[in-house]
Amino acid sequence: MDKNLFVALAMIGGTIGPAFAIGMLAGKAMDAIGRNPEAASKIQTAMILAIAFAEAIAIYALVVALIIKFV
Amino acid sequence: MATFAPPTLGSETIFHIGSFQIRNTLITSWIVIAFIALGAYLYYRKSKKLVPAGWQNFVEMLVEGILNFFETITGDRDLAKKFMPICGTIFLYIFISNLFGLFPGFGTIGIYEMHNGHEILVPFLRSVNADVNMTAGIALISVVMTQVYGLTTLKLGYLKKFFVNPFKDPVGTFVGILELVSEFAKIVSFTFRLFGNIFAGEVLLAVIAFLVPFIAPLPFYGLEMFVAFVQALVFSLLTLVFFTMATVSHEDHEAHHEGREGSGHTSSRNVPVGQQINQIS
Repeated sequence: MDKNLFVALAMIGGTIGPAFAIGMLAGKAMDAIGRNPEAASKIQTAMILAIAFAEAIAIYALVVALIIKFV
Repeated sequence: MATFAPPTLGSETIFHIGSFQIRNTLITSWIVIAFIALGAYLYYRKSKKLVPAGWQNFVEMLVEGILNFFETITGDRDLAKKFMPICGTIFLYIFISNLFGLFPGFGTIGIYEMHNGHEILVPFLRSVNADVNMTAGIALISVVMTQVYGLTTLKLGYLKKFFVNPFKDPVGTFVGILELVSEFAKIVSFTFRLFGNIFAGEVLLAVIAFLVPFIAPLPFYGLEMFVAFVQALVFSLLTLVFFTMATVSHEDHEAHHEGREGSGHTSSRNVPVGQQINQIS
């Protein structure tokens, strides 16, 4: 089978989880900002950090995909 | 219709000095360094006024803004000042080099060369962070400096985080091993987070420009400028948080062990971040 198919499958499998995680994180952060707008800057900082950790999982999938594609 | 050629994964060699390869990303990074150095020199050369104006005003606003922002993360002005030279430099360098990569001519002006039988375009300039070597270099600086700060502030007590006596605390031993692995995972995630985002941005812009050459790429340039800022922010912020975590003694972490052992290194890192946030408020 074509190599590109496996690359696409790796990205599909690896990005669904982080997508939900980032959506949930951002949604909860919006909730928190709505409840306490003064704390917006602190919440944003924490949110960006947490999103970076969730995103790291998607990046592992990207690494695997790149390895399949080019190695 | 012309064939579509996506940007290559690795950077290309432009010329050699001896056996040392001068790559297109290296040339761009020199340009960025020269740009930043010029800005710093323009600030340094003029005599400082008590009421700043023009360039002096901008630089002071920038430095003070970054310092105040770092203070909200570390919760301590002195600590923020201590980490400012590294984290602030990482932020400015990554942000400016990401923006440089969006200039017209980057990745498009070059010469055609034969590689493994096909002809490919070798651009003279290429976005600095679209090269794994550069991002890996910054990631190594960040992770190594974390250990250095940890060892210099906590002395040998820093190593207690990684090596726990298995007879006293078997769970702690396992957590220590996870912590040790996560130090290496940090390098990988730092490297590929920045590289992945910037390289994916290059590919995205190339694809959009190929499909619809006019107007359509504009919003994507806006998106890339946003990504450039967010990635620079994330890199420097994570570095700062890891520095701060490394300089906090192990006893403060003790209470969080229960939540940590569950699943892999990401959750083990998330807990101290939450703790970090508690510390701020």
